[in-house]
This record gives sequence, C-alpha cells and structure tokens, in this order.
Amino acid sequence: MNAWLEKALSDVAADATVLHTVFPAVGRRVGRAVDDAARVRLLAAAPGAAAEMPGLYRHGDAAEKRAVLHGLSVVDTGDAGIELVADALRTNDTRLVAAAMGEYAATHLDAPAYRHGVLKCVFMGIPLAEVAGLDRRTDEELLRMLRDFAAERTAAGREVPADLRTLLNEQDG
Amino acid sequence: MRIFDPHIHMSSRTTDDYAAMHAAGVRALVEPAFWLGQPRTNVGSFTDYFDALVGWEPFRASQFGIAHHCTIALNPKEANDPRCVPVLELLPRYLEKDGVVAVGEIGYDSMTEQEDKAFAAQLALAIAHDLPALVHTPHRDKAAGTERSIAVVRESGIAPERVVLDHLNELTVAMAKESGCWLGFSIYPDTKMDEDRMVAILREYGTERVLVNSAADWGRSDPLKTRRTGDAMLAAGFTEDDVDLVLWRNPVEFYGRSGRLSLEGLSPEAEFAGNSILRGARK
Repeated sequence: MNAWLEKALSDVAADATVLHTVFPAVGRRVGRAVDDAARVRLLAAAPGAAAEMPGLYRHGDAAEKRAVLHGLSVVDTGDAGIELVADALRTNDTRLVAAAMGEYAATHLDAPAYRHGVLKCVFMGIPLAEVAGLDRRTDEELLRMLRDFAAERTAAGREVPADLRTLLNEQDG
Repeated sequence: MRIFDPHIHMSSRTTDDYAAMHAAGVRALVEPAFWLGQPRTNVGSFTDYFDALVGWEPFRASQFGIAHHCTIALNPKEANDPRCVPVLELLPRYLEKDGVVAVGEIGYDSMTEQEDKAFAAQLALAIAHDLPALVHTPHRDKAAGTERSIAVVRESGIAPERVVLDHLNELTVAMAKESGCWLGFSIYPDTKMDEDRMVAILREYGTERVLVNSAADWGRSDPLKTRRTGDAMLAAGFTEDDVDLVLWRNPVEFYGRSGRLSLEGLSPEAEFAGNSILRGARK
C-alpha cells in the first residue's frame, strides 16, 4: 500500500480530527484515479468520523465532497448526512449527484426527495446502475415521473436513455 | 499546437469559449483568484468563489477536455477593504487543496500600506504551503510597482524561481528577468501587450522562464490570444519547439513546482453520455 496512506490511516484511527489535514491531500499523495476509495478508507478507519463529515463536506473541494457522500454508506451518521445529500442534489456536477444517490440516500431520503434524485440522475445522463435502491424504492409516482420524462424526450425528437427504456419496459411489460 | 494558458478567468467565460479554446489546442489552464468587477463586501463572497474554483469550474472545464487548476489569494485591490481582509485567515484551508497550484494573484494595485501587508502575508503563506506565487504587477505606475514587488519578493525569502511576475511589458521585462523570477505576459486585444510586441520581446529576451497568457476575464479580452501568439511566433521564424516551450513546457514546469499539477487523462472526467453543461444540446 501507499506509505503515505498507510500512515494516514493509522493517524486518523488515533485521532479523527487528523482527517482535516490529510483529506485534502489524498489526490496528490495517493493518486487522482483512486482518491475516492482512499478517502472512504480514511473515513472508515477513523472512529468519530461521523462528527467530522459535515465539516469535511462543507470545506471540501469537489473530490472531497464526493468522497464524503460515498462515505455516508460506510460510516453511520444517522440522519446527519441527509442535508449533505440534499446539498449535492442541488448541484449540477454529475459526479456529485451520482455519489449522492448511493445506499445512504436509498435508506434515508423520503419518497419525494428520492424520486427527484432519481429523476435528476436520468435527466443528467447518469446511468441508473449508479443509483442505489431502485428495486425497493421505485413506486407508482416515480414511474409516472419517469414515463413523463420519456414522453417529453420523445416529443422533442430526442433519445430516451436505454437504461430508462429497459426499466419502464420491465415495469409495464 | 498544445497550449497551457497559465492565467485565465474562466468563471467569466462561456462554454463557447471552452469549445473554441479546445479547438485551438488549449488542454490545460490555471484560473487565478481575482476580483469580480463588482467589489465584494464580505468574506462569504470569497469562500463561495474559492469553492467554485475547486469545485464547479474544474468540472465545467473537464467537459471540454481541459484540465483546470487554480491559484487562491486575497487580490491586491480588495486587500484595501477591511471587510475583505479577514479572508486571509481562511486561505490556509484552500491552499491545501489538490487543485490549487499557487498563491495568487497577489501584489500591488495602488501600492498602499494595506496591500503591503497582504502581499507579505501571502508570500509567507506560499512558503508555508510549499506553493509557487503568482504576482500581479500594477496597471498604473507599473515600473515603480514592479520594482517594489521584486523587493518584497526578495525580502520574503521565497525562491525567485517559484515566483512569476505577471502583466509585464517592455519597461518591466528587464528588471523582472534580472530578479530571477518567471516572466508573465498577458496578451490583450488592445492594452497590456499584443502578440507582435510579445514576439519582439521573445526575440530580445529569449524563451526561457517566459509564460504567455490571455488573462481573459469579464473585460474586453480574448481567450485565444495564446494561440495567436503561437501563430505569430511561427510566422516570425520561431520553431515549433520554441512555441511548445513557451506555451506548454514552461507553464508545466512553473506550476509543476507545486507538486499538484494533474495533466493525465485529459478526456472528460465524467463518463456519462449526457451532463449538465451540454444539457439538451445533443440529440
């Protein structure tokens, strides 16, 4: 393993506030291609990470925010992560929106918020495979919204995403 | 021609600019924090701006195959407003971000005592965070301001090869070169410097340690001035290797000193077919 990451993991295990200093440096120290995974490992290794995550999100750059969103599905933050997910779903950054719709969102978002999260993913071209909980959280209202979206796209002469067509066909077939 | 624009304010530019820049050869850029035209009145206005420079704007750039990095600082003009100065205390947090490759723009606007303080404090931050510094030389009283900037840089203890003095012209290039700092030139449609004057300066002073930028922002400016300068260099007899040195290898070397420049994988970061910027445009 990367020596820097190894040390960081043991440091955050001893003191979760060390996350403040190591979190921003992960990209250049461990590598941009694996920064999400490395940051989630740091969160998982830090007892007390849950208390630090809202601050790490608020003060994070886009990559740090994304890692905190992924971390919500690994670290138990109770309901404290809901407002972070809501913040990410207000952005127009597809990577943040996709990261927001993980297992935590599937478990914690109320029905209207979950439906709009899914619809936003479809609207932005984020593959439905990235959205957690569709099998158990898809309800009639969400299907109506998705059918309306597909109809709007069709009326405009634009393509309906293949994964959405598949989902609607399964439901209607 | 591959181009790295070492100074351009993309937050003020459109997606058409990004597309045109990519078509012209721009593959990487640095967006320095500066003022917005409209003066800020509180610290929160800065942090939202800085958050965009390490958040939304790199995402936008990535959609067009351009790597975006930034520099962070309290700019010289707003260093004079006591409502803005407390942002200095928040800079260390931003100076640790992966996408931040220098402290800047710092330096002088009207050469006031407040500007002195902010300039020196931020050179100290550059040293503390092991970052290069981007120094804006003033538009008014430029020669005296550049001379004084060089003195402040020297006094700070930062290595001159980790500093770029920007917006230079015929009157300030010699003292800047003598200082050991990098030489920055902003090519504008009708003010600071144009591409033919730039070629003349390159002939006289050489291509080493020279950075050429468009400094395009919300004012009358042209994000393709880097390309125009490359074309003018070729027309004047410089080689393609000379152009590559000035427009790519020099900025890579200078900002690479941060240890944070990330130029691999210049294809769009998001793998998804559609996204929020190309929204609806494609069928």
